[in-house]
Amino acid sequence: MARYAMVIDTRKCVGCMDCVVACKTENKVPEGFNRDWITTEARGKFPAVQMEIRTERCNHCSNPPCVHCCPTGASHVHDHGGVVLVFHDLCIGCKACLASCPYDARFIHPDGYADKCTFCIHRVEKGMEPACVAVCPTHCMYFGDLEDPHSPVSRLLAERRHHAIAPEAGTEPQIYYLI
Amino acid sequence: MDSISRRKFLKIGGTTMAVSAAAGSVISKAAEAVKKASPKGIQKIPTFCDICFWKCGVIAYVEDGKLWKVEGNPLDPLSNGRLCPRGTGGVGAHYDPDRLKYPLLRKSARGKEEWVQVTWDEALTYIADKMKKIKAEHGPEAMALFSHGIGGNFLKHLFKAYGSSNIGAPSFAQCRGPRDVGFKLTFGEDVASPERTDIKNAQCLVLIGSHLGENMHNTQVQEFSEAIANGASIIVADPRFSVAAGKAKYYLPVKPGSDIALLLAWMNVLVTENLYNREYVEKYGFGFAQFAAEIQPYTPEWAYPETGIEPKLIYATAREMARYKPATLIHPGRHATWYGDDAQRSRAIALLNALMGNWGVKGGFYYPVSMDVPGYPYPAYPHSTKPKVDNPGNKYPFAHEVNTNGIRKATISGEPYPVKGWFVYATNLIHALPDEQETIRAIQNLDLLVVIDVIPAEIAGWADVVLPESVYLERYDDLNVEWFREPFVSLRQPAVDAPHDQKPNWWMAKKLAEKLDLGDYFPWQNIEEYFNHRLSAAGLSYEQLKKEGIIRGEKQPIYFSEGVPDAFPTPSGKIEFYSLQLAEAGFDPVPKYTQPGAPPPGYFRLLYGRAPVHSFSRTQSNRVLMDMLDENEVWINQDIAARWGLKSGDYIRLKNQDGVVSNRIKVKATERIRTDCVYIIHGFGHNSQMLKFAFQKGASDAQLITRYKTDPLMGGTAMNVNFVTFELEA
Repeated sequence: MARYAMVIDTRKCVGCMDCVVACKTENKVPEGFNRDWITTEARGKFPAVQMEIRTERCNHCSNPPCVHCCPTGASHVHDHGGVVLVFHDLCIGCKACLASCPYDARFIHPDGYADKCTFCIHRVEKGMEPACVAVCPTHCMYFGDLEDPHSPVSRLLAERRHHAIAPEAGTEPQIYYLI
Repeated sequence: MDSISRRKFLKIGGTTMAVSAAAGSVISKAAEAVKKASPKGIQKIPTFCDICFWKCGVIAYVEDGKLWKVEGNPLDPLSNGRLCPRGTGGVGAHYDPDRLKYPLLRKSARGKEEWVQVTWDEALTYIADKMKKIKAEHGPEAMALFSHGIGGNFLKHLFKAYGSSNIGAPSFAQCRGPRDVGFKLTFGEDVASPERTDIKNAQCLVLIGSHLGENMHNTQVQEFSEAIANGASIIVADPRFSVAAGKAKYYLPVKPGSDIALLLAWMNVLVTENLYNREYVEKYGFGFAQFAAEIQPYTPEWAYPETGIEPKLIYATAREMARYKPATLIHPGRHATWYGDDAQRSRAIALLNALMGNWGVKGGFYYPVSMDVPGYPYPAYPHSTKPKVDNPGNKYPFAHEVNTNGIRKATISGEPYPVKGWFVYATNLIHALPDEQETIRAIQNLDLLVVIDVIPAEIAGWADVVLPESVYLERYDDLNVEWFREPFVSLRQPAVDAPHDQKPNWWMAKKLAEKLDLGDYFPWQNIEEYFNHRLSAAGLSYEQLKKEGIIRGEKQPIYFSEGVPDAFPTPSGKIEFYSLQLAEAGFDPVPKYTQPGAPPPGYFRLLYGRAPVHSFSRTQSNRVLMDMLDENEVWINQDIAARWGLKSGDYIRLKNQDGVVSNRIKVKATERIRTDCVYIIHGFGHNSQMLKFAFQKGASDAQLITRYKTDPLMGGTAMNVNFVTFELEA
């Protein structure tokens, strides 16, 4: 069994949004919507400011509330890598998953189904990286299998301090931020 | 000026609507053509990007004949297979519904612009007739070309064949000019583009107002990230807590305009404490003793009240730089037209680098290399008896390129001789030059204004003839024979057809040349014949280039240690710490500090910069990029905002010292900026009605830059000299 995850080095990320653009063109995300986004957190009083820039998206949680609450089974855990996906044809657009997601990672596609990051599973299953990872000019994003202790994501998490977003929600998010 | 104001133009531009309405039928015709010819499946076509001037290698993905996405070309040493966000969003340029579609002619009197859609032959015949008349009455030098990027090459060739060398680009006098002059005066060579900065090997990187990561020049940002990953010590001096400041070990919130004081104090510490690279300076330096004597008074304590930076921080950062020398790189920046003493500030930056001993050295400045691809053997250009129009009497003795603002000035005054026609290629002069009213005044003196562009930017609204260019994904352009870390040549070639009646610039230049009886200067039948000729002369294969997009040459030495000759083409043959040529021309031989002046009460200095998802004022019509950022914000210090009762998300207008009021703009109340300045991203606030989607989204810094200071060394226009206050009724 694989457990796919992303590890993002916030020291390198400049928040340029290339990940957002690449996702948009790769996945033909309609105008007005994006599957990933940038958060900039600045703390402190000028000039003593501390800043963290993060590229964020669906956390492909190991305990995904969007899957648990879906009345039709459209939101599901893919049979490989723990990736959370949506069967478009089963989705009735009820928005229960939107309400349940602590990351606000989902939106209703103009065609009527809940949409979000897929970890570019269509690329990953061909041996490619997700579009956002492949495009990043700062090489701040890593994608891989946490079950493999030798994968770059496993090694980075073993070596560097990191955090996840809103772990207290109990959803077991699988995007990790190196600090 | 009221009779010709932009707003009036907008009201009466009714015929543009008629032109747009006719567009539908042609779109469907084009769609049919695509349907007929388009192969099924995915084609990958290599080309290079044009969303900015960096020219990154691109692989365009065409799916069933329709452009899908673009990715970086892994063979390309500029992008290393990873485009920047603007490049990745390049597909939006092809699909932009507001792009220029057909040649347009304005036939009624200037000030009552009314467009008529014409054929290419009608448009080019009109232009050729005017150009012949101008040549007969005033000489060919009365035509001037404003150009930006590699796409202008064939038009430049046409202009030289016609007999005019009055060819300028805002990239000099409104951007990197002072930097290149300052470095040339010091090292004998300029910094060039792509910059010869060895960022990835720097162990200490100093950024002075340079906002890498927001300014998205791809290779530089990639190398910046590499330097961070390698643990380089980053020092950032900026009135704004930039993205780069967030990566820095030391952040210096320098008072706007006091950079030279900071630079002098740093150099003072390095010399006084004997921390500079003595061996290097003794070997390569000229006039060091005089330089050392000149900077002796400028202690960190002296600089404190000027810069607002505590002396202990100046000492600490100077010592930090010394610790990593020679692999300490003080970045020269790029957009350097700030306060009017910019060439001297750039010279101070060059001198600080010289104290590190980093020119020609790993982690400093490398020597760029290039492939030897001979130019096309054209006939000799006609000889002009007149000097270039922009710099009469050599008033700005160190300007080594044409000043756009000099052309503008001559167009208004008729001195040293009249300018009667402008070609404007791919540069929105209304947003690029300071004081738009001065530009509009100059336009009134023209017999011909031709604008060639992909989008209807503001300058197109003032044109007599608008020629729609195909976007880079639809056209060939000149070969890119790049100067970089390693030699390579790259090809721009079409991935898809232009959707309407747009044409590539080379085709326009050739057709116009034929109408001007200058056909001998374009002897090739089509551009592929031109490529073949040049490439075979270089022993390269066009077939290979077409297939791969890039041909890389052998690696060559780029550092002194690898065998680059350690020669400096300055008058002394050395690095000029003390500049006799500046002294002889009546300027300070060692940079001196002048106070920049303070904002009037209730006003704030207007600073501007870049967003990573936009290029100048050229991308606000690109729907993919507008989905990332569709309006700019004004950054206001949190305390100031509170005092004005403002919070993030409120809309205000900015009013400058001359009473000019901006479009409405959103407030960003933030701890990331000083209290004496505000900051906006350049390129927004379009007032061209033809840019339907971008129209009046955000505010334009250019509109508020009614004042500028001219650099006495090279004539560049410094633009960080305007002040704004807030109008709360938005």
